[in-house]
Amino acid sequence: MTLTSPAEHVDTVVARPQPRRGVSFRDAGPPIALVVIFLAFSVLSDDFRTFTNVQNIMDTAAVLAVVTCGITFVLMMGSIDLSAPGLMGASAIAVALLVANNRNGNDLGLLGVLVAVAIAAALGCLSGLALVLLKVPSFMTTLGVSAVGLGLATLMFNGVQPNITDKMLASWAVERFLGFSYLTWIAVACILVGWLVQRYSRLGRYAYAIGGAEEVLSLSGIRVKPYKVAVFTMAGAFYGLAGVMVTSQLSAGLVQAGRGFDFQAITAAVVGGTLLTGGRGGVLHSTVGVLLVTVVINGLVQIGVSPYWQGGVQGLIVVVAVAAAVLPQRRRNQVVK
Amino acid sequence: MSIDVQPEQTVSEPAPVPALEVRGLVKHYPGVKALDGVDLVVRQHEVLGLAGENGAGKSTLLKALVGLVRPDTGEIYVRGERVRMRSVVEAAENGIGMVFQEQSLVPNLTAAENIVLGSEGSAVRRGVYRWETMRKMAQEQLDKIGSDINPLARTDTLSFADRQMVEIAKLLRIEQRSQHPPVIILDEPTSVLESKEIETLFAQVRRLREFASVVFVSHRLDEVLDVCDRVSVLRGGQSVGELPTAGAVPAELHRMMIGSTGSDDHYHGGGVQAADRRESLLSVRGMSGATFRDVDLDVAPGEIVGIVGVHGSGREDVCRALFGAEPTTAGDVTLDGKKLDLSGTRAACAAGIGYVPAERKTEGMVGPMSVADNMVLTKQGARCTGPLVSPRKQATLVDRWIDRLSIRTPHRGTAIQRLSGGNQQKVVLARWLIAGDIKLLLLDHPTRGLDIGARSEVYRLMRELAGNGVATVLLADSLEEAIGMSDRIVVMSDGRVTKEIDCPSGAKPTPLDLVKEMV
Repeated sequence: MTLTSPAEHVDTVVARPQPRRGVSFRDAGPPIALVVIFLAFSVLSDDFRTFTNVQNIMDTAAVLAVVTCGITFVLMMGSIDLSAPGLMGASAIAVALLVANNRNGNDLGLLGVLVAVAIAAALGCLSGLALVLLKVPSFMTTLGVSAVGLGLATLMFNGVQPNITDKMLASWAVERFLGFSYLTWIAVACILVGWLVQRYSRLGRYAYAIGGAEEVLSLSGIRVKPYKVAVFTMAGAFYGLAGVMVTSQLSAGLVQAGRGFDFQAITAAVVGGTLLTGGRGGVLHSTVGVLLVTVVINGLVQIGVSPYWQGGVQGLIVVVAVAAAVLPQRRRNQVVK
Repeated sequence: MSIDVQPEQTVSEPAPVPALEVRGLVKHYPGVKALDGVDLVVRQHEVLGLAGENGAGKSTLLKALVGLVRPDTGEIYVRGERVRMRSVVEAAENGIGMVFQEQSLVPNLTAAENIVLGSEGSAVRRGVYRWETMRKMAQEQLDKIGSDINPLARTDTLSFADRQMVEIAKLLRIEQRSQHPPVIILDEPTSVLESKEIETLFAQVRRLREFASVVFVSHRLDEVLDVCDRVSVLRGGQSVGELPTAGAVPAELHRMMIGSTGSDDHYHGGGVQAADRRESLLSVRGMSGATFRDVDLDVAPGEIVGIVGVHGSGREDVCRALFGAEPTTAGDVTLDGKKLDLSGTRAACAAGIGYVPAERKTEGMVGPMSVADNMVLTKQGARCTGPLVSPRKQATLVDRWIDRLSIRTPHRGTAIQRLSGGNQQKVVLARWLIAGDIKLLLLDHPTRGLDIGARSEVYRLMRELAGNGVATVLLADSLEEAIGMSDRIVVMSDGRVTKEIDCPSGAKPTPLDLVKEMV
């Protein structure tokens, strides 16, 4: 049997897989870590435990949370998505040019937001199609599509930065409801939608199953390809919304709006317990990961560590998290092949 | 050959249309005839056993029945109608389903999702899950087979026995697709189960007979006789007869499976001197691991020791453990008087142990790499000038071994995957020989998938190596091979060595003697 390594059951003469308990350490670990780290920083720093700082953390986490929502579904399938920077750049510029701005006479408001999201979704769809039709690994297709997105953004940018004058979009980053910015609430809504899709839609469940055992789906007569394309499209839509959110924060459309979000989102998802090999984790896991990463970076700054450390610390976090995640599998691989 | 072939006509009652019938199925693979005119009849509401040694063609036949293998010629009839199946889905539409040896469930989905996978019907409306409907649907299937699994449990939290129940429940949904009693194929369903679970499974199989036909495949002959109504026997890709199980004994069945033993000549056993067994080269004391316990084993220089045992006896793992590829928890192993480090394969290689894995294509060779590269894979340093590999010297060395083992390859630079299986295997063997430091060879099914000519050459090579004092541990492909090649046979059962049988040339035990010890 390939499902379980005999090496894990030393006590029985003939290996029998034991049923596993419902909640594993891998599921419970990240939330526990989040609480512990939060408490640790609260003790270490007076500034950290203020409500203003919590607001700060949430506002910082909002965009990353939306990106991570999208990338989680791709990772669940065992694919990878590096297209977030390009798609976010494209939608950021697009929305800036479609709502009231200083470059042209457009004033589409919410419709402009929808169009920007649709552009990003279409680019995501392109990644998916290239993956299933041309059989190019997702790593490469999404990297390519990211470049396409950046190119598109640069064309639209055309040398002059569009500053938005749209009241509605500008208010997202500023106005607060129950103490948190609209952007935070948009992120919460995205997480809820993501969770519903993951739990209650065939798309979400199949994305999960594809990561678990894709061949079994094919053997059961299910056409897997449309679902893969749909997952990339949905991820693209989330990146598009994230690009819009960045434009709202900056009050301007920037080609570089999504810079670094690919790596940050993968970090957050992995830290939260979503496996890069697919089949494990989910939107809620990833949300915990987003908070963990944001809290660590915010906390380090609050206790006086130079912000220049951020990049390096994030890199270390992801390497350690991936190593911890594959640790239980390592011996099995040695035996199997 | 005295085979009790019972013709169909002896069945007295007017036979209803068989649920499934196979006529003259033939399937060639390069170099091997996997199926050579197989006939098979599965009656309605019966449990048919399918027996045969490794390589008899069982798995190819089963795959043909569910559309995973397309036969070259031959016909398959379902309830009297000729069908062609190109996929598992088409097989399911014809009411045929199989529980695969490697289970085919999505581990991270719930049992219910697995059961309805691909035929969710009203449980998913417009892409939205209705968990309650799905749970009820799955519960209905589980109730049919009397299983009390929680349908909403994640599949990888279930025991193997429960997963098998989920598979059977899933299979039973093909009833809805074909509108007929299904034919359910169980391929080695007991190999991963505990004895108590096996009892439960058997009860299920008997219950299945009420509304389905079952094809039951197992290596354990007593199980086959216990649960089946009738057994069909395959040998060498042909149907060699069938046997009603009432009153039959395993020995009878086994005689049909192995047929008459071929002449000893095939194994180049003539004139082989018994190895001097006073001192052992390999000495294993109390070795234990996950699937074996307290294994003692001695192999003298020049001796070939065969380890036999049924599926799950742990013999493969013992073999791998000696090479450091499987962890051990206890035991002392010495090779040539020196204690052997079993913590990894590197130490084993350095100590002069060679291992030929059973899965040649995935573990034995690197397909796209050349014959030469495959041959020097392990012993890179076989011809070095200082720290540098000398390509010229290596080429000379490789050519010499290609010549010496008469490996038929256009050139040493040819990709190994383009050679025939026999020649591939010779390259794999050569890998351990080129450095000239081989002391112990561990051969895990070295002739698997080879035709008779290639087998014979591998046997000759083994004899030659033994003649040069190399000790060999052999996991043979068949009992005849074990008997033909071995100087001594060690029987393993449930992870323990249960018996040692001397097997000198001229006084060989019969396969039957071994089977008695194995089961």
